[in-house]
Amino acid sequence: MADERPRWREDFPVRWDEDNYMTRRELAKFLTLGSGLLAGVNVLIAFIGVTDPTPVPPVRRIAAAGEVEPGGSLLFHYPTDDDPCILVRDAAGRIDAFSQVCTHLSCAVVHRPGDDVLACPCHRGSFSAREGLPLTGPPTRRLPRIVIEQRGTDLVATGIEV
Amino acid sequence: MELAFFIDYSRCIGCQACVQACEECDTHRGRSLIHLETIERRESVQTAPQVCMHCEDPICAQVCPADAIKQTAEGVVQSSLKPRCIGCSNCVLACPFGVPKYDGDADQMMKCDMCYDRTSTGRRPMCATVCPSGALAFTTTEEIMRTRQGRAVNDWQFGGQHVRTKVFVVAPAEVTHVNVAVIPMSSLRRSQPQADPYDVAALLEAR
Repeated sequence: MADERPRWREDFPVRWDEDNYMTRRELAKFLTLGSGLLAGVNVLIAFIGVTDPTPVPPVRRIAAAGEVEPGGSLLFHYPTDDDPCILVRDAAGRIDAFSQVCTHLSCAVVHRPGDDVLACPCHRGSFSAREGLPLTGPPTRRLPRIVIEQRGTDLVATGIEV
Repeated sequence: MELAFFIDYSRCIGCQACVQACEECDTHRGRSLIHLETIERRESVQTAPQVCMHCEDPICAQVCPADAIKQTAEGVVQSSLKPRCIGCSNCVLACPFGVPKYDGDADQMMKCDMCYDRTSTGRRPMCATVCPSGALAFTTTEEIMRTRQGRAVNDWQFGGQHVRTKVFVVAPAEVTHVNVAVIPMSSLRRSQPQADPYDVAALLEAR
């Protein structure tokens, strides 16, 4: 026949031994080893999770206690400078603080004092400013709460409740 | 000691033993795939068996659009794969030896696979085990050269097409390759169709 073999012939060879058959046994072996590897990695990750101690959350001063007016809010960073958070104070003077990162697509939520909600401008999601629970829009998970304590005249953040 | 298939047409006595034995082959049980041809039957009782010649570059597989015909590492060309064969009969038309048969019931091409279940385990093909005259033989080249007059040939020329086959035929000693002249279809169209001089029905009517 033709001296020059067309390129498609490489995918459809006439000879059995040139064909890349995957036998049933090879598939079974692949599935067994693949599943074993997957299970092993899971165990390893679980082991690391158990042995790796959770870091103690830092204690950080945020502001002076009188700095935030009732009905007002304050932006701060906790636990690191890369984690924006928002502190809100309702009309009665109660203080709550949450992560500012929307649980939908990570936009920054802002405080709307009139509705007493934390609103995300990107997709019109909103969270209650008391509990951090999602009220409207796409978010389905609550905002992580930042634990705030008053020490003397200072407000300090002492931990995160996810 | 390499075993090979040899056809010695001159030894065929037309007993049909190979045809019957072929039916018993486990790869295509109940269906005989060997051809037993008559040669110029008005003048002669000569017959000729035709098994698949198992070309080194199988034309039937090359023309298969469905990738259904495969050649094993030993060079044995298999029947079409049932899930792939689309019954187009390209192979039936392309084979220069006229070996592949289209089986309408199975909607699949079936052909001699040199009893792959047997030859792959070192046993002889069914037809070669039963041939009483040695027209079909599965043996070594040395044995053929020792017992036969002539030469084992596996080089063929069909018009412009050169073919080398795994199966040998025993030819006169001076023959190094078999040259089959091909009649162009265009010349046939120009001439009037002629009555087949070996048409049996016509011969009976003429008596």
